[in-house]
Amino acid sequence: MTEELISAVTLAETRAQMVTAVKNLAAAKDPKAISTLIAVFGYNNPAAAMVALDALIELGEIAVPQLLEHIDDYNYGARAYSIRTLAAIADPRALDVLITVAATDFAPSVRRAAAKGLGNLHWHKLSFPENKTAINRALDTLLLISQDTDWSIRYAAVVGLQALAKIADVQQSILTRLKQMLANDVEKAVRARIQLAYTNCGF
Amino acid sequence: MIEPSGEEYSAENGEQLTKELAIANLQSSDLSLRYYSAWWLGKFRVSQPEAVDALIAALEDEADKTELGGYPLRRNAARALGKLGNIKAVPGLIKCLECSDFYVREAATQSLEMLRDIRAVEPLIKLLDGGVDQAVQVPGRPHLAQPYEAVLEALGSLAAKEAISLILPFLKHPVPRVQCSAGRAMYQLTQDPEYGELLVKMLESDDLKLRRVVLGDLGAIGYMAAADAITHAKAENSFKLMALKGLLEYQLPDKLDSLAVSAEAVQVMNLMDSLL
Repeated sequence: MTEELISAVTLAETRAQMVTAVKNLAAAKDPKAISTLIAVFGYNNPAAAMVALDALIELGEIAVPQLLEHIDDYNYGARAYSIRTLAAIADPRALDVLITVAATDFAPSVRRAAAKGLGNLHWHKLSFPENKTAINRALDTLLLISQDTDWSIRYAAVVGLQALAKIADVQQSILTRLKQMLANDVEKAVRARIQLAYTNCGF
Repeated sequence: MIEPSGEEYSAENGEQLTKELAIANLQSSDLSLRYYSAWWLGKFRVSQPEAVDALIAALEDEADKTELGGYPLRRNAARALGKLGNIKAVPGLIKCLECSDFYVREAATQSLEMLRDIRAVEPLIKLLDGGVDQAVQVPGRPHLAQPYEAVLEALGSLAAKEAISLILPFLKHPVPRVQCSAGRAMYQLTQDPEYGELLVKMLESDDLKLRRVVLGDLGAIGYMAAADAITHAKAENSFKLMALKGLLEYQLPDKLDSLAVSAEAVQVMNLMDSLL
């Protein structure tokens, strides 16, 4: 059954056929569909990619190893979808990848997705003291990219920091950095997002 | 339609300049050095009076001229002056609106828009002479008779209400991008949602490049009712984020103190978060 749905995706000839085929495959909710769904990210068909992204998020942790393995180093559009999926599933096994792309990817869309994801990982799935190290590494990366020259990266860093501020241990460092940014950032939009972070964190 | 602005130069790749050297280079015998320096002064926002004066002088340059009669240095000087924010440049830029080079007229128009000086209104209106009938492609060139998009947008930004009746017919111009500029200006001049909705409708175009332009327009006019349409438009998230940033900025007070942001601003930010 799933095999047929998979071959329908590979045989789709028009963009609309592709979207329909991916929707049908997504509905099967079968882990066997994972590699095909990931491949859809590279087809330059945003509507189909969004369906695949939602399907992979729903499959959740079981999709993580293949998502990590198949990150497309040559297609930043596809890479952004992979990172957004990993960020949404929030499995901490994605930490290293998220740190690397947040700090060094050339594509802003990829970096923003990683920044958002870095604040949100399911830290409780790691044991002590591994979780502490992981949280601090995420924090360091977000603090670093909160100084980026691209406003949208700083904006995404604030979103990541807001999420990370749920953790008591790092709250003070985050508050200190947000205060600095609020005083110095040249972009009104970034300062407004910091205000919202204050509200959302109950600072 | 718009020729490369020189932004392809990377700060690291180009010749390492200082402010003084860049200003001096505007008089260099090497024409490419003059061209690069004019771009550099704008890029790094070197706004000291010497730079402004040197760039104003470069608006009348005759040395750097292409086979087709273009004035590359004048174009870059005009672009740079818009970024430097000194209204001393206004009369020189207005004079550029009569230059034989289309791209000089376009650059001057965009810079006059940025400088927000109402002395530019009347000369800009003159570029609309002949109305839509005259707004046709120049034979053999990739542009219309005048930089209509830039002119319409500038008149909108400069709050030139006296131009409304002249702008209105451009909503029916055959080139969609010109229609967008007219719609954008009409919204700015009247705040009538009819024109905002016109742009929203154009977001459904089959042409991705046009959709990107419309996203830019909606951001520039801060048309709040478009927030959801922007979020769901078929375009890259980077373009949507820029548009929503424009909407957000219209919802924020000039001084952002510790006071809470408005419900509308929060709504826009939630949409932006969803696009990260």
